[in-house]
Amino acid sequence: MQEVWRAASLLGGDPQADRAVPPSGFTARLTTFTAAAMAFLAVFALALSLATGRLADRWSEELARSSTLRISAPAGQMDAQIGAALEVLRTTPGIAEARPLPPEETRALLEPWFGPDLPVETLPIPQLIAITEEAGGYDATGLRARLQAEVPGAVLDDHTRWREPLVDAATWLRLLGLVALALILASTAAMITLAAQAALAANEQVIRVLRLVGAQDTYIARAFVRRFTLRALGGAVAGAALAALGIAALPSGEAAGGFLTGLGFRGPGWLWPLVVPPFAAVVAFIATRAAALRTLRAQS
Amino acid sequence: MIELQNVAYSYGGGELFSDLSLSLPPGSFHFLTGPSGAGKTTLLKLCYAELKPTAGRVEIFGEDVRGMSRDRVALARRRIGVVHQDCQFLDHLPLAENVALPLTVSGRSDAGTDLEDLLAWVGLSRQANQLPPELSGGERQRAALARAVISSPEIVLADEPTGNIDWDMSQRLLALLVELNRMGKSVLVATHDLQLIRAAKAQVQARVLRLKGRQLVTAGADL
Repeated sequence: MQEVWRAASLLGGDPQADRAVPPSGFTARLTTFTAAAMAFLAVFALALSLATGRLADRWSEELARSSTLRISAPAGQMDAQIGAALEVLRTTPGIAEARPLPPEETRALLEPWFGPDLPVETLPIPQLIAITEEAGGYDATGLRARLQAEVPGAVLDDHTRWREPLVDAATWLRLLGLVALALILASTAAMITLAAQAALAANEQVIRVLRLVGAQDTYIARAFVRRFTLRALGGAVAGAALAALGIAALPSGEAAGGFLTGLGFRGPGWLWPLVVPPFAAVVAFIATRAAALRTLRAQS
Repeated sequence: MIELQNVAYSYGGGELFSDLSLSLPPGSFHFLTGPSGAGKTTLLKLCYAELKPTAGRVEIFGEDVRGMSRDRVALARRRIGVVHQDCQFLDHLPLAENVALPLTVSGRSDAGTDLEDLLAWVGLSRQANQLPPELSGGERQRAALARAVISSPEIVLADEPTGNIDWDMSQRLLALLVELNRMGKSVLVATHDLQLIRAAKAQVQARVLRLKGRQLVTAGADL
């Protein structure tokens, strides 16, 4: 509890303590700039992670939802094979529903190629069976083996082959985005630590004088901590705002439907850029405080 | 208030003093004298825990300095006013704020009229808004004295406080120290200004200690 109070009083700061350290123009601007750049990058990394996350979810959801069984057989055997296939599907765990496509749906599927008046009933067109899966999915390999044995003309297309690499890529991209975020965070902490060390070294005399007149370490640290926290916060607000504006300016449109236009925040996702500046401030606070107290203790 | 018992201090292989004992009871007035390099400044630094003894025991307000944390040292220093030989200030703050610094860092920033009176007393009212680098050596020394006493400390330690000021100002400074002593504060002044010591002895019961041959000896009679 006492620690919490101390941390709060450190952050709240003391304008008097702040005055004890001379203003340092150039390094102050560097800290602010660094925080802004890092916040900008962090918002982009967040957007990337969220977008690829959405993409992975969507693809894997669609992947899990449906598959198709295609049966090609000579006309006489067609009904028998369909019956056998349906029986196999009915007894396969994980399949919610198996529905042979009626002729009108088959016609609708072929219409773009052959026109509306195609007599599908008279053509040797493969019969499609739409399979709806249960949440857990089914064992495709096992099903293929059984179908091969019982319905030789059936080909199972579970969409895995072309969706899975995409889902893998999206998942991997999301992971990379999170790693980038972690690196940005660590770099911010490192840079602010360096800046704080430089400030502490440059103000050696200030620290000595304050010590001699009876200032406690937390008082001295407060002057530096408050300053660096506010600088980081200010820079991060600017950087995050710019990044958010940049992302908002991305052309939208599902028409392209691609990955690129999906990059960005949706709905409550827009709250994420707001999280970045306070987070940067907290990182700056911890980094500066640790640096200041470490430096001060090393002096005794 | 400050007790040194059988204290030794050595650095770089050389021993500055050994088996030295000193007691500053409340209300005492001591001069510390001795040749340059005898360790007057070091002895003062031991008294405000800037240095720790290499042997023996130093107690400040009844607390062994070896066991004191940095924060405890800081708290003890609020009760000790120190005038340093090389007066160091915060060069970016005006003189008035520098003088009030001991109050500021201990959270008592309502200096107000005390500060004005004190600055007037050391003759620095006009310089209140100047920055320390703009002051002369004597002005800095007076400012250092003002800073040392503003928080009404129980002990005043002064290292060559009259080194840079004229006789008239030395007298006024001495008068302030004597006044503080009459209010019950302990005073320890390191100086080799014998004139100052004589002047003091006319006004106050002062003991003169001489650092000589790594020991502290009472030197009253020869003055």
